Amino acid sequence: MSLIAQQPVIPEFQRGSECIRENRQFCLDWFLDNFDRVFAPRLVEHIELTAIAVGIGFAISFAAALVSFSRGWFETPFAIFAAFLYTIPSLAFFQLMVPITGLSMTSAEIALVSYTLLILFRNTLTGLREVPQDARVAARAMGLTQWQLLRRVELPLALPAIMAGIRIATVTTISLATVAAFIGVGGLGQPIFNAIQSGFKTEFVAAGLMAVLLALVADGLLVLVQRLLTPWARAQRA
Amino acid sequence: MHTFVDAIEFLFDNLGLIWDKTVEHLALSGAAVGVAMALAIPLGVWLGHLHRGSFIAINVSNVGRALPSLAVISIGLGLLGVGFLNVMVALVILAAPVMLTNAYVAVDQVDPDAVRAARGMGMRPLQTLVRVELPLALPLMFAGIRTAAVYVVATAPLAALAGGGGLGDIIVNQPTYGPAGVVAGSIAIAVLAFATEGVFALVQHLATPRGLRRRREEKLLEPRIDTAAA
Repeated sequence: MSLIAQQPVIPEFQRGSECIRENRQFCLDWFLDNFDRVFAPRLVEHIELTAIAVGIGFAISFAAALVSFSRGWFETPFAIFAAFLYTIPSLAFFQLMVPITGLSMTSAEIALVSYTLLILFRNTLTGLREVPQDARVAARAMGLTQWQLLRRVELPLALPAIMAGIRIATVTTISLATVAAFIGVGGLGQPIFNAIQSGFKTEFVAAGLMAVLLALVADGLLVLVQRLLTPWARAQRA
Repeated sequence: MHTFVDAIEFLFDNLGLIWDKTVEHLALSGAAVGVAMALAIPLGVWLGHLHRGSFIAINVSNVGRALPSLAVISIGLGLLGVGFLNVMVALVILAAPVMLTNAYVAVDQVDPDAVRAARGMGMRPLQTLVRVELPLALPLMFAGIRTAAVYVVATAPLAALAGGGGLGDIIVNQPTYGPAGVVAGSIAIAVLAFATEGVFALVQHLATPRGLRRRREEKLLEPRIDTAAA
C-alpha cells in the first residue's frame, strides 16, 4: 500500500491561481504567500530538533570518548552499543519509541540523539588518540598535569576531528529530523508528509528544497566555525 | 523484549511477504547503485586520470552527504511524481557523489612513479589507464561503491513513503502489520545492509590485485571515518 492519496487535494481549489489549480510542479506565488504560515514555523522546529539532538548527543559522546581515552576497556562496549543504534532504520526507530514516550519531542529526540552517538564518539576518540606523542611528552616535560594536558594540548589538537564529527552529525540529524515528522513532531518533514496525503506538488518541492538548503547552510557554517576555531590548521596547509 | 519475540515469529510466519519485499528492495537498491555507478565511476576515473577538477570531485561528496534523503525524495515526488523511477533517481543522487569522489581520489593518487614507469615502457595514455592506474585504483574505488551501496540499502525504506515499495512498506504500515512488523522489517533491513556490506567487502577483496592485498588492506577497512574530509 502506498500512502499517496489517489486524487490530489489542492488547497484553495476555487480561489487559487491557475498554477495551483493545475497542481504544477512549483508555484512560487503560493510559496511566498504561505511561507510565514506553512514553512517558517517548521523551519524553526527543524533547527530546534537538530540543535537539541546534536547538543545532547555531543555531551554523551564526548563523555564516553573521554572515559574510553583514559580507560580503554570502555571503548568496545560503547562502540557496539552506538553501532547497534545506528543500524535501526529511522522510520522504525521513531515508531518504536511511540509506545514508550508517546507522540512527543522526547520520542523524536531519543532516536535522533542515538544516531549522533556513533559518529561523534568515533571522531572524538580518534582525534584524541591521534595527538602526536611528541606534543604529549613536551607538555609533560613543561610540568603540565594530566588535566592541563587534556585541556591545553590534547583537546585543541583533537578539535579538527571533533568538529568534523559535529559537522557530519549535524547534517545527518537534519536529514533524519525530516523523517521524525512521521510521528508528528513538526519540522520540515511535516509539509512533506502533508503533501504525501494531499499530492500537492509545490509543498513537496518547497519543503524538500528548504531541507536541502538548511543542510547545506549548516554544513557551510560549521566549516567556517571550524576554520575560526583552528587557525593553525590553515596556516599549516598553506 | 516481548515485541522482539513477536517480531521473530512474524518473520517466520510471513516468509513469503518478507521475501517479496526483499526482492523489491534489492531491485530498487540495485538499480540505483547500478545507475549511480554508470554515471559516477567513469567521470571520476576520467577526472582522476587527468588530475583535473579536484575541487569539484572532492567537494561533491561533502555536498552529497549533506543532502537530506527524504527531502531529495520529496523534491522528486514533486517533479517526477509517485513511484519507482522517482525514488530511484533520488537514491542515485544520494549514492553517486561518494562513488565519484572515491573513484577520483583512487585514480588521482596512484603512485606517479608507476605511471611514469608505464609511460617509459611505451604505454599510451589509455593503456596506462587500463593496465596500471585502474588496477591500482580498484580497492579504493570499491570502498566508495561499498559505502554507497550500504547507504542506499539503508535509505531505501523511505521509498515506501513515496510508493517505491521494498521492505519499508512493512515498517510504514504499522496499522496492518503491528509493532511486530515494524521490528521484523527493521531486522530484515539491518540484515540486508550487513549482507550488502559483506558482499561488497568480498568483491573489494577479490578486486584488489594480489600484490596490494597485504599492504593496503588495513587502511581500507575503515573507509567511512572521514576525519580528514574537512
